[in-house]
Amino acid sequence: MDLLNSHLLSLILFAPTLGALVLLLIPKDQVGAIRWAALVASLVPLVLSVVLWLNFNAGAAGFQFREDYLWFPLIGSDYRLGVDGISLPMVLLTAILSPLGILFSFGVQDKVKAYMILFLLLETGSFGVFMALDLLVFFLFYEIGLIPMYFLINIWGSANKQYASFKFMLYTMAGSLGLLLGIQVIGLTLGSFSLETAIAAWPTWSGTIAGLPATTVRMVAFVAFVVAFAIKVPIWPLHTWLPDAHTEAPTAGSMMLAGILLKLGAYGFLRLVLPLYPVEAAAGAWVLALFATIAIVATAFASFGQTDFKRLVAYSSVNHMGFVALGVAVAAWTAQNGSAEEGILALNGAVLQMFNHGLSAAGMFLLVGVIYDRTHTRNLDDFGGLMPLMPVYGGLLLFTSMASLGLPGLNGFVSEFMVVRGSFPVFSALTAISMLGLLMTGAYILRGIYKTIYGPLNTKWVGHTSDISVREIIAWAPLGILMLVLGLAPNWMVSVINAAVTRLF
Amino acid sequence: MSPELVSLTWLIPVPPLVSFFLIILLTNRSKALSHTIAIASIATSFVLSWIVAFAAFGTPHFGAEDAIGALSVPWFDVGSGAFMMGVLVDPLTAIMLFFASTAMLAIFVYSVGYGNYGKKLDPHDKPGWPAHNGVDPLYSRFFAYLSLFAFGMLVLILADNLLLMFMGWEVMGLCSYLLIGFWYARKYDDPNKITPRQAGVKAFMTTRVADVIMLLGIVYLYYATGTLSFREIMFAHEGEWLHHLASTPSLIVGLSQASLIGILLLIGTIGKSAQFPLHTWLPDAMEGPTPVSAMIHAAAMVSAGVYAVIRMYPVLAADGLIAHTAEAAGHAAEAAAHGPVITTPMGVLAFIGAFTALFAATIAVSQNDVKKVLAYSTISQLGFMLAALGIGGYVAAAFHLMTHAFFKALLFLGSGSIIHGMEHGAHHAHDHASDPQDMRFMGGLRHKMPITFVTFFIGGMALAGLPLVTAGFWSKDEILLDAFLHAPLVFYTLALAALLTAFYTTRQLWMVFFGAPRSPSAEQAHESSWTMTAPLVVLSVFAVGAGWLNIPADFPLFGQLVASLGLEPGWLHHFLGGTLVEHPEAPAFTPVPLITSVVVALGGILLGWLVYRNAWKTSSDVDPVERGIGSVLYGLLKNKYWVDELYDVLFVKPAFWLGRVFFTGIDKGVIDGFLHGVAWISLGVGNVFRDYFDKPVVNGASDGSGVAVKWAGRELRPIQTGRVQHYLVMVMAGAAVIGAFMWMAR
Repeated sequence: MDLLNSHLLSLILFAPTLGALVLLLIPKDQVGAIRWAALVASLVPLVLSVVLWLNFNAGAAGFQFREDYLWFPLIGSDYRLGVDGISLPMVLLTAILSPLGILFSFGVQDKVKAYMILFLLLETGSFGVFMALDLLVFFLFYEIGLIPMYFLINIWGSANKQYASFKFMLYTMAGSLGLLLGIQVIGLTLGSFSLETAIAAWPTWSGTIAGLPATTVRMVAFVAFVVAFAIKVPIWPLHTWLPDAHTEAPTAGSMMLAGILLKLGAYGFLRLVLPLYPVEAAAGAWVLALFATIAIVATAFASFGQTDFKRLVAYSSVNHMGFVALGVAVAAWTAQNGSAEEGILALNGAVLQMFNHGLSAAGMFLLVGVIYDRTHTRNLDDFGGLMPLMPVYGGLLLFTSMASLGLPGLNGFVSEFMVVRGSFPVFSALTAISMLGLLMTGAYILRGIYKTIYGPLNTKWVGHTSDISVREIIAWAPLGILMLVLGLAPNWMVSVINAAVTRLF
Repeated sequence: MSPELVSLTWLIPVPPLVSFFLIILLTNRSKALSHTIAIASIATSFVLSWIVAFAAFGTPHFGAEDAIGALSVPWFDVGSGAFMMGVLVDPLTAIMLFFASTAMLAIFVYSVGYGNYGKKLDPHDKPGWPAHNGVDPLYSRFFAYLSLFAFGMLVLILADNLLLMFMGWEVMGLCSYLLIGFWYARKYDDPNKITPRQAGVKAFMTTRVADVIMLLGIVYLYYATGTLSFREIMFAHEGEWLHHLASTPSLIVGLSQASLIGILLLIGTIGKSAQFPLHTWLPDAMEGPTPVSAMIHAAAMVSAGVYAVIRMYPVLAADGLIAHTAEAAGHAAEAAAHGPVITTPMGVLAFIGAFTALFAATIAVSQNDVKKVLAYSTISQLGFMLAALGIGGYVAAAFHLMTHAFFKALLFLGSGSIIHGMEHGAHHAHDHASDPQDMRFMGGLRHKMPITFVTFFIGGMALAGLPLVTAGFWSKDEILLDAFLHAPLVFYTLALAALLTAFYTTRQLWMVFFGAPRSPSAEQAHESSWTMTAPLVVLSVFAVGAGWLNIPADFPLFGQLVASLGLEPGWLHHFLGGTLVEHPEAPAFTPVPLITSVVVALGGILLGWLVYRNAWKTSSDVDPVERGIGSVLYGLLKNKYWVDELYDVLFVKPAFWLGRVFFTGIDKGVIDGFLHGVAWISLGVGNVFRDYFDKPVVNGASDGSGVAVKWAGRELRPIQTGRVQHYLVMVMAGAAVIGAFMWMAR
């Protein structure tokens, strides 16, 4: 038990990698064994994450479950891990989504071993980002998450996978390049890559680099950070990789992409940009808020204009992440300009929205995947009236759609309300405009339902379509339960987030 | 109220929610079990509601600070505090619990008969289509949706804060979407006729327009006061918040915060209560099964809009506090005599309410669908209530809300019974030509469906405001009285609307029940089952009796009559007055509005009888009104002033167009176009480098160096002799060269 207490984060972090190593030893044709081994390997971090959640003390300040080991002393980068109330929900989200994705992927028939190994590596990469307290370690895991995703799209994707995976890779790499440079500037200037050192020293650092004054250096590094994370979130107009990548990725890949990888960007804003660049972030807050609002409105319309069901859901991700970005902008502004109450609310909302979107987007992609597996089409005009053929599926789709739409009583509403409440006094006009996006969210969600399960039955599916299977329902159920629980009684999570967020102001 | 009772109030909405999940998850295969669970759940809520309501009715000075029921728990933490959520039982809650639970129970029971329970599943019936003669294939699901709807309504009623109220409000919105689109697969031969699934989307989206604006209002209020609790906003710090709201300028020049928040919140109501210009969804919502219409349009959802306004009334009227203060405290009595100050949001409300009351009534005159007439009549009656609120008569509004809930639920359920009878007739007569909802094909049904006729007649008279005996008269009279005293223009508008109401109600009664049957369906129609007629009878008792709750003490004759029966005259006024901080004065008896309301009611009925008694001999006759006002004007009414078509051009088409603009135009065109351009240029540059640099220079160089190495190797091969002595010589030579080099570089 001692190891469990002192190295809980490392255990969570590397359990999937260990699992991947075990998978290497299983012969390729033992498909069943590979699947179950992968599932077990992803359930271990889930159990440990629950232990982590239960042992986490929300009242205590700073990071908990810290681990600190020499790793690269020459340049001042060490293996530093820790979690607080902002990263803990993200760790939990990753731990929940990964086994569900793997369970859903039991339907994958092609190169199962490679698929599962990549999936597990992806999980480790995501955990690493959320736990890292060292800039270089952060970056390392940030990139580790990228590679498996590229292959998941490139190998197991659908028709246009080459284009989509390449676009995804290029976009993200373009952002990472600047991020790496920015991190190196900080690390080499301060002599350490420790996040806490950087937070303490970097905002007030006043040296010069190559004759450039500190303010200029900080501004350049700030822009590099922002662009990297803005691509990942994604924030309009850097979002066009997302609909392609999400649409072409295999179902579980889309679940992970929307559920977790997008959060890496938002988390980067919260963990790095806001604390490292408080002044610059406050100055640029209105720009971020503006783009967030455009994202909310424009992508809601774009989603409404889709004929591809999966792309409709993909665009809804940009739409929903817009509220996260709006919350971040409010937090950035209020941290420098007072009115802490708004900042706390908005930031609470943003973190909760990250979690909520992880649930609802993963749920939606899962359900789109279910229907795609049966009909091999994503074209909305090809469906119609599937409700009598797939009644259970229809019910789950209605439920998940409503969560995505932000229906009060389900999870999305709580976080959207908090963000809107926080941003209204700060960015009143933009918040009012973003209501148009909220309206159109309703429009595209209802259009999805209207075109698929409602309407006269498209008779070509009779006899070719079975209802959702038990395995698929099990993969969906935890998401559905959490959507309802967080919608009715959100405080078990908000209290953890709130305690951490309040200390930031 | 006893604390034990208060601690139980939160249980009231729970049974329907449990019922929803039980039916959806477990019992949906058993129709009997499903409806038993649903009815048991609503009956439990009903009993609890009545216990709480009557406990409240029996509490003296109920509504004062220490005599209410309230209970709350933290819902989410914010900073060092928390957002609280809980239940509140004040006089308004008690009244709402009383009538909403009653109407909902009636509707649940009625649905058993309406869903053709007891008949065998007809193999021709498909899920998502109305059943022809067998039990509805989605019977269980219907009860699940009804249960969820009831849950939403009860949450809304019991909420102690605006956010929880909004949650109930939206849950009802979802259910109305699901229930309107209940026959989701239905398609008509006429492509222009709106289908249920379209009507569902339309209802959801139209109300969502209003809801997102209302959400802004909620957010604004939360920001401005730091709380959303009704009681805190009203009472905390002796109304300090209201003063603060009224005296702080808002984001929009010229409006106080109270006014702007009030208007934002009002817009929510305009959507939910289907007021102009967001009224268009409600008539189309008639595509849903009839109990749904009763639920949505009478007992629950649309009343929720009026209820919300009453709840937020202190905020709407807050500007008046400042006005009163400005008039100096000494003249407070005089100011009170002038009645309430009509603030900006109240003015907006009064205008929209009065306008809608008249506007919808004119459309109702021209409709032939039995449910559509009732739909427009509902819009019109809600206009009455909102107009009353706009001129400060919130008790009158609540009174009319209650009586309307009873008689309109009765009328909708009655119309469902009519349609059911007609469908039966059509089935027996093999009549597929006549639309069972179209009143032109009815006639003479009073003999075929006596119970439905009598109860529908009672409901119709209540709607028309038949003097003295119906509840509708008392509540409408009270609104007219308030209007007469405070806002003459509103008074004239509403009086005209009331006249039209009586007229179109008579027209409807005549077309449906009198004359000779005008189709084979009508000839073969017969009475519905007891589960359908029993709720009608119960509701008709309330449609008459509910008026006695608030007969003014100074009303000639009846005031004394009520008192001599042991009832309290003007009881509702006293009771509901406790909802707010200041008890409103009961308006004094005035003859003019009374005479007006008697004249318009009787006049409208008489006029209707005169116009229609000889009309409609066959189903293809021209409506006498059309002959009277000309087909152009009548066409305008019949086509609902073309508002739907206008909205289609203004909003629906542009939304699709914008969808294409943002996706195909901006994302695919501009952004991806730019990226592809960059990629193309990079590729081009790469090719240039490859062709003109890599290949000749780099490749050339490396190929060249390869060649050079090869050459050198060949040339140097002779020194690889294999003899150790030679190598040693070379090592020595090398060492000497290096040593010399190092010595020189020293």
